[in-house]
Amino acid sequence: MGSRVLLVEDEVNIYEAISFILSREGWDVSGHGNGATALEEIARTGPDVLVLDVMLPGRSGLDILRDLRARPETADLPVLMLTAKGQSKDRDLALALGANAYLTKPFSNAEMVETLRAVAGGGQQART
Amino acid sequence: MAGQKGKGQRPSLTGTRIRERRLALGLRQSALAGAVGISASYLNLIEHNKRRIGGKPLLDLARALKVEPARLTQGMDATLSDMVQAAARDIACGFGPPPELDRIDELAGRFPGWTGVIAEQQKRIAGLEAAVEGLQDRLGHDPVLAEAMHEVLSTVAAIRSTSDILVREPDLDRNWRGRFHRNLHEEAERLSAGATALLAHFEGQGARSETLSTAQERAEALFEAAGHHFPAIEADGADAIEAVLEAAPEVREAAARRLARRDLERYAHDAARLPLAGFLPMAAAVDYDPQALLAVTGGDAALLLRRLAALPQGGAQAVPAFGLAICDASGALLFRRRIGAFSIPRYGAGCPLWPLYGALARPMVPDRQLLELPDGLRFVAWAVSQPVGPAGFGGAPVMEAVMLLRAVSDGGEAEGAPVPVGPGCVLCPREDCAARREEGRFG
Repeated sequence: MGSRVLLVEDEVNIYEAISFILSREGWDVSGHGNGATALEEIARTGPDVLVLDVMLPGRSGLDILRDLRARPETADLPVLMLTAKGQSKDRDLALALGANAYLTKPFSNAEMVETLRAVAGGGQQART
Repeated sequence: MAGQKGKGQRPSLTGTRIRERRLALGLRQSALAGAVGISASYLNLIEHNKRRIGGKPLLDLARALKVEPARLTQGMDATLSDMVQAAARDIACGFGPPPELDRIDELAGRFPGWTGVIAEQQKRIAGLEAAVEGLQDRLGHDPVLAEAMHEVLSTVAAIRSTSDILVREPDLDRNWRGRFHRNLHEEAERLSAGATALLAHFEGQGARSETLSTAQERAEALFEAAGHHFPAIEADGADAIEAVLEAAPEVREAAARRLARRDLERYAHDAARLPLAGFLPMAAAVDYDPQALLAVTGGDAALLLRRLAALPQGGAQAVPAFGLAICDASGALLFRRRIGAFSIPRYGAGCPLWPLYGALARPMVPDRQLLELPDGLRFVAWAVSQPVGPAGFGGAPVMEAVMLLRAVSDGGEAEGAPVPVGPGCVLCPREDCAARREEGRFG
């Protein structure tokens, strides 16, 4: 079984597409669409890497990231943030809060796979 | 250049301008010289700025060249000069030497056409930069626009990823292929609606167009257009729903129509349980106070709050304006009826201090609070969360919270200290709020 990735994304069709692609690449993918309960889901599933959308119902991905970094058990969890083009403030904040990388929507599947591999492998990179 | 400029002075380019003007008129040097009574060789020296010129010869040359003498002696128009200088200053030169600022007059004298092009481009760039700045400002301060942009980008992201799979996976399982085609269709419809709403927003087509970027917003537009009251459904129940949908241009698209039908079916169900003919006079008799009316719904507070928000406002019974918000257990907004200045965001979360969310933590316990917005406006809020439909033994209940709002200035009571709330952290100016999750984006 491959590395486990948790995709916190409330857009169902984006989740389905990414989930399909990552599964094909050998990832063990699970999903969660609610910002308010994302931390509990992360604690419950203990993923190897997290893909976290910024705009989520219930709670912002940035707030979730802040809490993850403050908790010893998730302080080093590799996190790839998904932001929207034009929201440079979100991207800057994500990196400042400790995101390992970000992708701006819309992104290509190849970018997602490549970036996630780098993040899971310990690479620190930032995309535009 | 000899003798034409001292140290620190710009060269006099009267000769250059004379030459440019002569060439523009198609005059030969000898013809012009003859017309003003000087030799061609002397005019040649003048034109190459090797001889000063003034007085009568200058006046004669100006007359022969059909221009004001000042245009020959004073060089380029000051505005033009400013524009060219601004172009040199604003645009960092990526290659080659820096622009020769001390030779602008020479540039204008020798290449007046190109100088005009540079100036015009600078003017356009300045205009476009101002427009971009204005749009950036608008994007940053216009939550409707920012939300619509986010909606469009999310849709594009889904389309890009899904279509990529369909193109690159030739051996895709039939079920997956069908699923992705359906997703693509849904997202294309959503994108179409979002792009239309964005354009309408830019073109200032009116307040209603701002609400039409998603299926949920289109369904909401149907309710807004009807004032959240449907006499046909009140009279004929669910049988009237299809006619209401057929008559509503807002919900022509399938996804919007499905949501509108879902909401209208609930409306019809509520109307059947609490018919208008009996409920309206009862409500009017107690000034539409939910507390006094709770008994008539057998304790179903959510039904009561929804029915109060569905009364025909104004009229002989002086029904006050009510706002309504319904969310699911995740806090995601399912339905809203807007009321005055109380902003209920379509995306993201509202204010965590709203009793709408507090009610989710205490199911089946009706709550009532006096709320104060940052601008001092007060609203009374009644809220409750209840399961939607029977869960069955051992089944997990699907919870929904409902919040009814009424402005205090509109007859609501104003007792006790109000709870300071906002429109949601993104738009809220209360920087020191203990419940703040994130910085305001639009303040």
